[in-house]
Amino acid sequence: MSAEPLVSARGLSKRFVKKPDLAGRLAGHLGADVREETVHAVDHVDLDIKKGEVVGLVGESGCGKSTLGRMIAGLLSPTEGEVQFKGKPRDKLSGADARAARLAIQMIFQDPYASLNPRARVEAIVGEAPVVHGITTRSAMPAYVDDMMRRVGLDPDLKRRYPHQFSGGQRSRIGIARALAVNPEFLVCDEAIAALDVSIQAQIINLFMDLRTEFDLTYLFISHDLGVVQHITDRVVIMYLGRVVETASTEELFDGPNHPYAQALLAEVPRISTEKRSFHPIKGEIPSPLNPPSGCHFHPRCPRAFGRCRNEVPVLKEIAPGRYSACHLNDG
Amino acid sequence: MSGSDQAAIEPTLAVSGLKTHFFTKAGVVKAVDGVSLHVNPGEILGLVGESGSGKSITGFSILGLIDAPGRIVEGSIRYKGRELTTSSDEELRSLRGDRIAMIFQDPMMTLNPVLRIDTQMIETVHVHHRVSKAEALERARAALAEVGIPSPESRLKNYPHELSGGMRQRVAIAIAFINKPDLIIADEPTTALDVTIQAQILAEAQALCARTGTAMIWITHDLAVVSSLADRIAVMYAGRIVETGRTADVVSAPRHPYTQGLINSVPSHNVRGSRLNQIPGMTPSLINLPKGCAFRTRCPQAIDACLEPPPIREIGPGREVRCFNPVGVARPATAEAAP
Repeated sequence: MSAEPLVSARGLSKRFVKKPDLAGRLAGHLGADVREETVHAVDHVDLDIKKGEVVGLVGESGCGKSTLGRMIAGLLSPTEGEVQFKGKPRDKLSGADARAARLAIQMIFQDPYASLNPRARVEAIVGEAPVVHGITTRSAMPAYVDDMMRRVGLDPDLKRRYPHQFSGGQRSRIGIARALAVNPEFLVCDEAIAALDVSIQAQIINLFMDLRTEFDLTYLFISHDLGVVQHITDRVVIMYLGRVVETASTEELFDGPNHPYAQALLAEVPRISTEKRSFHPIKGEIPSPLNPPSGCHFHPRCPRAFGRCRNEVPVLKEIAPGRYSACHLNDG
Repeated sequence: MSGSDQAAIEPTLAVSGLKTHFFTKAGVVKAVDGVSLHVNPGEILGLVGESGSGKSITGFSILGLIDAPGRIVEGSIRYKGRELTTSSDEELRSLRGDRIAMIFQDPMMTLNPVLRIDTQMIETVHVHHRVSKAEALERARAALAEVGIPSPESRLKNYPHELSGGMRQRVAIAIAFINKPDLIIADEPTTALDVTIQAQILAEAQALCARTGTAMIWITHDLAVVSSLADRIAVMYAGRIVETGRTADVVSAPRHPYTQGLINSVPSHNVRGSRLNQIPGMTPSLINLPKGCAFRTRCPQAIDACLEPPPIREIGPGREVRCFNPVGVARPATAEAAP
């Protein structure tokens, strides 16, 4: 805990509100019980990411991990709380500082098909941003793009092509080159390998690890694939219905998860095994974030829930150095 | 049930030399190019491959769901001794959904969005069986309960959009099982689901097959999923099966370099934080396959003999591999196999 965190989230929340439509409002005027529907996608999350660290953000769909990633990348503005970059609140920055902070955090998206402009050539996709931001000049841009493409393992001769002429793995590499072209310090990878074939996934994971040392990068690696997370991250953050339930170093977490949800999640990682196994899945499904359970969000599915879990929200407490868990069971 | 006593029992399904080709303007796409497999009652066969390997087309071919420009050009598909490739449309229709059922990847595509669950399930029963509506409804309710859907009576009255992804896939599985089929072909049924839901569905499928004696072909790209579920595994690459065997054998001692590459590239098989063992290159286009063995250009073990297409060879009981230079086998074997 020596170095100051590169990126921090402080009490970060995002609520999506669905206002009643015209019919709903009319019904409301006539006395019907029509209310705004609020989704607490992310609920008061604190997170510190140190320079050079690879942090895995894990959870089921609908747990708010992508929303959190997008807020940290600056693509969504938080409803409450703030994102700090090198100790300074990012919204308070202005002018050149604000631009530098924005460029320093880049995002790599899940779908290599949807996240590239189909009408732009690779040269424009990778080269546009660095020219606009004065990182390179228009005349030096082709050489700059060549260099970026080589670094992510693409043949620079292909830069006049359009995205549809590439395979899924190559498109992933284009997305990575685009993010790297503005010299970021921090990459938010939102399920960046989920859409790729198994044999290509390993190639992209290796690329991420090579780039980490080459460019001195810090990652927030959002994924539902716990095998991949275990392999490449230093620290893991587990979310459930908008809240962080456990944070621990990767080794400690996979040695023995503390939170019952983390235990259940880790138990269900499919692993290559030589024996048929019997499955002991946790019951039920992730509840709707429109109407989350009271107290601890996990209590209806938790095998060890007791009275207090229904009424009181557990806070994230340090249970060992650098290890946090939000569970009443830890109070003994 | 193990695959070793296969000689004693008649397989539910036996496919041999199946070739399904697509005649496109760009050329002939040999999506399935000589696939042979069998599956016994109560057995789960995992059919593993990457996108474009022909695993789904193999499944569609078995059900007779290949549309133009595709066509089964060669081979036989025998269901309980009955040849399906020469069966009429009516005969196939009477089998589909009754004796042979399919579960697709996306349950929203299988379920009709404007019909209630009960309507769709009763229809599936009535198409094949002359029973009363009350009886059909009772079967629907029982099928939903069987796949672990809580309060099935009220779920029957729901429309598909009112259910979560995991629930929809359960309904799709219940529809597949409702007529107690002999064979189910499941095409990546858990790929779109979360791990906790995936584990639940795998558990239900495993229990159902054991209980009902239904044979199942589980098509997936995820070796980890299939290794914990299937009795036997068949690995496909570029339209051909390159390796088959009992799950434990294939996973613990892969013989084909592609299978080995797939297993080695899984993160849990590598030292944490180290570079993963990757398979170089990318999956070849089926229109323009490399000469000889299709994996040759990506293979660390390729030898001169690989310029000829390798035949599939039996290397143990129920264990076959399509390779001149298999992993962990002494070289001399390749010399005699080479022409």
